[in-house]
Amino acid sequence: MSQITPLFKREFLGYFRSPVGYVFLAVFLTASVILAFFVGGFFRSNTASLETLFNFYPWLFLFLIPAAGMRLWSEEKRTGTIELLFTLPVTTLQAVLGKYLAAWAFLALAILLSFPMAITVAYLGDPDWGVLISGYVGSILMAGAYLGVCSFMSALTKNQVISFVISLLACLILLFLGLSIFNNALSAVLPTWAVDLLANFSFSTHFAAFTKGIIDPKDVVYFLSLAGFSLFLNVVVLER
Amino acid sequence: MIEVKGLVKLYGSKRAVDGVTFTVKRGEILGFLGPNGAGKSTTMKMITGFLQPTAGTAIVDGHDVTQDPVAVKRRIGYLPESAPAYGEMTVDEFLGFIAETRGFRSAEARTSQVNRAIGLTHLDPVRKQTIETLSKGYKQRVGFAQALLHDPPVLVLDEPTDGLDPNQKNEVRSLIKNMATEKAVILSTHILEEVEAICTRVIIISQGRVVVDETPAKFQARQPGARLDAIFRSLTQSDV
Repeated sequence: MSQITPLFKREFLGYFRSPVGYVFLAVFLTASVILAFFVGGFFRSNTASLETLFNFYPWLFLFLIPAAGMRLWSEEKRTGTIELLFTLPVTTLQAVLGKYLAAWAFLALAILLSFPMAITVAYLGDPDWGVLISGYVGSILMAGAYLGVCSFMSALTKNQVISFVISLLACLILLFLGLSIFNNALSAVLPTWAVDLLANFSFSTHFAAFTKGIIDPKDVVYFLSLAGFSLFLNVVVLER
Repeated sequence: MIEVKGLVKLYGSKRAVDGVTFTVKRGEILGFLGPNGAGKSTTMKMITGFLQPTAGTAIVDGHDVTQDPVAVKRRIGYLPESAPAYGEMTVDEFLGFIAETRGFRSAEARTSQVNRAIGLTHLDPVRKQTIETLSKGYKQRVGFAQALLHDPPVLVLDEPTDGLDPNQKNEVRSLIKNMATEKAVILSTHILEEVEAICTRVIIISQGRVVVDETPAKFQARQPGARLDAIFRSLTQSDV
């Protein structure tokens, strides 16, 4: 376990050694605020909550998390540092976890930096803090699941563009599974139970409850197990 | 110290390494020669535990690399070909990271190891620079410093003098020679004089097999008076 610490530190600080981390944080915050205010109608909704912010997260994550995750392994492969990493006394699992947890912490930081929005809501009205906190918990968990998928995809290629595109595609499928338009189309060809089963694998289905203040263990388990399974595949691919 | 037993690596149907067997004792410097693509780097990658051998194994300081790769990695200092490193880190940060993963956890232990490695490789003038801004010679020395950092009993160096000017080459050679008394060293090279200058044994690999394993003096005695590269050419012609 202690071998994860130096890897985590290097990866996390790595975001701030180049402009990547700052650009990502700036774009993420600007985009989420624009979406919440202008598209979501933060003020028009006239409720003391961040639902208008959180509602866009599944869509924002769809583009931004593959952007944050695409370099995780493909960059190591392209620059050859993977050879350095795997001749240090670390196991593949430790390396995968160290990098993943660092990227997840970075994403959690991005999400939590929207906290001034919560303060604004508290200043203007009287929000339910339970609902706000559950929204943040859900967002961070969902980011973890997205990131797991992206980490796995980036281990498949040394090209960051390919890594981004296949991560986006994989996340898109996982997101679309829960949309009713998509499901209606599916139910024309598949039996209802199969459509329901597929819809259960969607990010949006599991995220919705969090934004309403419900932390359902089922949803927590879903996000964590999706991340866990992706990281398992990630290890398998790297050891091949 | 290093016992290589029947290493085989298959890439598809191509036998990149085809039953390589040799041993290196403490105090020996083994020069690893062969045309490009003969399997030198692949063999070294299998000894260091970066690649899984298709068959055979290597035993380093009593540890089998296929059974306990992490124990082997702890005992080896490895300089991969073209010395990959995390370019956005400074020399100090990078070597600090290596020291931390190599088990030097306290700040003092880390600093003293890093200072020792920087002293040995004369990196002092650039220690605060990011690695991507360094010249090729300095980058190569950073890779060398990284391999020496934990004072390992075994050194595996893939073209350690590649990209260095004649003076630096000399310096690296005398460094290797001085250290080798209590270490086992494998180094690959294309420079035949280098073998003559520092190696106590020479192995030539051609098409994945060992074709020569003897002292440099014996090797020269194969064709008395001939240049080394003429002997090399006649032995590896089948590769061309």
